[in-house]
Amino acid sequence: MTQTSSALADEAPTMMQRFVKSHFWHSFKIDRVAQLSFMVFVAYILMALLAPLLAPFDPYDPASIDIMNSELPPSWQEEGESDFWLGTDAQGRDLWSTILYGTRVSLTIGICAVLLQALLGICIGLVAGYVGGKVDSLLMRMADVQLSFSTMMVAIVVLAVFQATFGTQLYQDLAMVMLILVIGIAEWPQYARTVRASVLAEKEKEYVDAARVMGLRAPRIMFRHILPNTLSPILVISTVQVANAIISEAALSFLGLGMPVSQPSLGSLISSGFEFIFSGIWWITVIPGVVLVVLVLVMNLLGDWLRDVLNPKLYKG
Amino acid sequence: MGELKVSAQESKQSLLQVRDLYKRFSISGDFLDQLRFEGGKIKRHQEFVHAINGVDLDIFKGEALCVVGESGCGKSTVARTVMGLLEPSGGTVSYDGERIDNLSAQQMLPYRKKMQMIFQNPFASLNPRMTITETLSEPVKFHNPKWSRMEVRDKVHEVMHSVGVDPSWGVRFPHEFSGGQRQRISIARALAVDPEFIVADEPISALDVSIQAQVLNLMMDAQEQRDLTYMFITHDLSVVEHFGTRVAVMYLGTLCEIGDSHTVFDQPRHPYTKALLSAIPKLADDRPNHIKLQGEVSTPVNLPSGCVFHGRCPYANDRCKEEKPQLMSTDGGIKVACHAVEEQRID
Amino acid sequence: MALLDVKNLEVSFGLRSGAVKALRDINFSLERGERIGVVGESGAGKSVLGFSILNLISQPGRISAGDVRFEGKSLQNLNDKDMRTIRGNRIAMIFQDPMMTLNPVLTIGDQMIECLLAHRQISKAAARKIALQKLMQVQIPSPETRLDQYPHELSGGMRQRIVIAIGLLMDPDLIIADEPTTALDVTIQAEIMELMLELCERNNVALILITHDLGVVSQVTQRTMVMYAGRVIEQGPTNEIINDAQHPYTQGLINALPQMGVRGERLQQIRGSMPSLQAIPKGCAFSNRCDYASERCRVIPEFTRSGGCLVACHMVEELVAQSENKAQDGGA
Repeated sequence: MTQTSSALADEAPTMMQRFVKSHFWHSFKIDRVAQLSFMVFVAYILMALLAPLLAPFDPYDPASIDIMNSELPPSWQEEGESDFWLGTDAQGRDLWSTILYGTRVSLTIGICAVLLQALLGICIGLVAGYVGGKVDSLLMRMADVQLSFSTMMVAIVVLAVFQATFGTQLYQDLAMVMLILVIGIAEWPQYARTVRASVLAEKEKEYVDAARVMGLRAPRIMFRHILPNTLSPILVISTVQVANAIISEAALSFLGLGMPVSQPSLGSLISSGFEFIFSGIWWITVIPGVVLVVLVLVMNLLGDWLRDVLNPKLYKG
Repeated sequence: MGELKVSAQESKQSLLQVRDLYKRFSISGDFLDQLRFEGGKIKRHQEFVHAINGVDLDIFKGEALCVVGESGCGKSTVARTVMGLLEPSGGTVSYDGERIDNLSAQQMLPYRKKMQMIFQNPFASLNPRMTITETLSEPVKFHNPKWSRMEVRDKVHEVMHSVGVDPSWGVRFPHEFSGGQRQRISIARALAVDPEFIVADEPISALDVSIQAQVLNLMMDAQEQRDLTYMFITHDLSVVEHFGTRVAVMYLGTLCEIGDSHTVFDQPRHPYTKALLSAIPKLADDRPNHIKLQGEVSTPVNLPSGCVFHGRCPYANDRCKEEKPQLMSTDGGIKVACHAVEEQRID
Repeated sequence: MALLDVKNLEVSFGLRSGAVKALRDINFSLERGERIGVVGESGAGKSVLGFSILNLISQPGRISAGDVRFEGKSLQNLNDKDMRTIRGNRIAMIFQDPMMTLNPVLTIGDQMIECLLAHRQISKAAARKIALQKLMQVQIPSPETRLDQYPHELSGGMRQRIVIAIGLLMDPDLIIADEPTTALDVTIQAEIMELMLELCERNNVALILITHDLGVVSQVTQRTMVMYAGRVIEQGPTNEIINDAQHPYTQGLINALPQMGVRGERLQQIRGSMPSLQAIPKGCAFSNRCDYASERCRVIPEFTRSGGCLVACHMVEELVAQSENKAQDGGA
């Protein structure tokens, strides 16, 4: 047949070849900011995953902590010690090790909370968009109600009540799970709305009619046919939402409703140093603060870049 | 009882029967949007698009019935209602003598295998995230759950061959194909379950002229080889003359004229059919050469009373403004819904 | 002097995978009041041609060679201000989608008056009068009320009439119409095409009609250019092209029309599909779909005169040469 078709008849490209040729990979290659953000993000992930290997001390092990080492400044300062290159906190823990573990805690909470949000939001958004009518109205009004409470308000009320009812000890044990649940449940409408909007657009396309004509059942059409086509916006909001969840967690920890001091996240680390900041002990607050800000910044930059790449309107315009 | 017997008799010849079909869509939004404050009271106010207004159609086994009309005449709505993608607001759809418009999804399943659909837009009718093989094997697997993987694969290869698509392209995604090739794949998907009846909703109007011919030929070949019955929706009358055995002309949700396509083309009776035929730009013409219609095109929201065409019809009289014309058989075996034809005011 | 003269026009688009040429070696001229049809399938470059005449090619495309002259003046080196005195004033453009021209938040009257005031030194009342007159010219019922309506209140056919009226506001010498009726129903299309033809004839306006519909071209234009993969492959008087096409592609295009087919039989088809701009075969772009293709087709064919037409095809070249030889032999 034609030349184009004979080219088509050749060996089909593998996933890897497809990826290398894609617009996605190309725009990544020419975007310095995206590359840098991605590298920093990967560094964070590695830090979090390899924390036990990278950290010189185990901040969770009371035996390795010496209260005599407390509040040592970073090693480059005059009073610093070479063992603790970022200094130590008020309890004498090595700040570098604590930050590594704290990043791990923060990222875990951020990612798990977003997974929960996504699970709830995608299911609700798919059903609302696909079924439509009264179901849609009901679910979306629920989303409106949920959104009209700010996440922080819900989280503060729930966590404070929990702490008051079940006591601090139990709260400290369950802090991570609670934070994930609260942040996860409070923010599902973001996903639900985004997914519903793309489902409404996809539902009108003829491939969905074709699936219905085939006799496929609604859940299969929703998950097998429509969902894969709404993944781009989901990916975009996911990066931003992880950053938001990490910030929420940090804010809650700062208010004393987050991770306990024995198992600090970046937020609780910042907060634990805050009382010393006016006595010149700045590093306990500032260094984890910078780590947190950089993490959130690169995630937002990546999110922005993804949105530009995956939005076909912007791409053409 | 008597009525049932008659329809059972008729159904011996006709594969698909549409009786007195109505479909309207509400365009007034939610319940809350419909409330209006009028004269001190809150009233519910609803507006509708009357897409189909009492259509009777029979499609006989082995034929290709073309439904033609301009945009907004309800031809696609008829197709989608027949396929069960839309629920009729009134009237019935029967397949092989069995009523199918009120079936549940489960009861509808056997008919899903017999009735298939080809869509207009080749760029939207294939799932962009599924490879061609995935797209084609899904209906085969779904309707033949007991088949082995080899049997499914053979079936997929068979339909790919029959539409002229090389099976080795199966691992590719739709965006790697041209419009014509995608439409072939779309046809292959419809053929994959060995249907008897195919509704084609403007399958060639998004394609280039040279590709249109390829796709039309492919559909004609498939009809011959697989003994298919088509319902072919199009706005392009010149295709009808070539493709259809019978033609139904629609205007604003009603049938104007239905009958053997050659007879309709040679001797159109309804004033709208005449205007429509004369408007096709023909190669032989030196200038536009068409019957001029008067007036503005009415919308299906505010449906005119009487004959829906009377506002643009040069032959309309007072009767046409008040009384809705019924389909009447004429001497050529063609059914026409027009008072002027009935009264022999026009020939 | 010809109204419009296009010489060796070439338009290229810089893509990631390198530059592709959307138009190559376009040569034609248009006299005052002449109507020419540009026919081709999607991807043939016919819309790019329309845009490039008005120098409206947007990034990453650009006119990479050749020249467009309007009344002997090159349009390419004009600055924005001078270009504006030509665009919309001397040359009007009509698009497939009326909403590309119409602003949805302004009334029809406001848009027409604004356009007039931008080009001419007249009072608002005088402008309104001209606008009304143009609306009457395009046979719009109750033109007075239309002036105060918004585009969304009108039907598609009515909107396209308004766009034509706006195009006529400045009494242009040339109208470029890019698929003006493709989005419309056949009965409306017939009315609009007839209207355009009448207006062009009455005001002696030249028309470039870009369309995929050979039927429309045969009804409206005097000359036709057939485009394929960025080149003109055949041009000449419309009736000669329709009745006696020489290029195998034009022949295929005409024979593929259902109105040319025998009822109930297979249509004649051209195999394959138009190559993308990156994958155009070497030599004659149509050679991979052509039944007559031979070794010679690896070289780009020159235009050969055959009757009143210019045809870019080696096969026609041969046939013409043969018949000339015969004629010579007969003469000797």
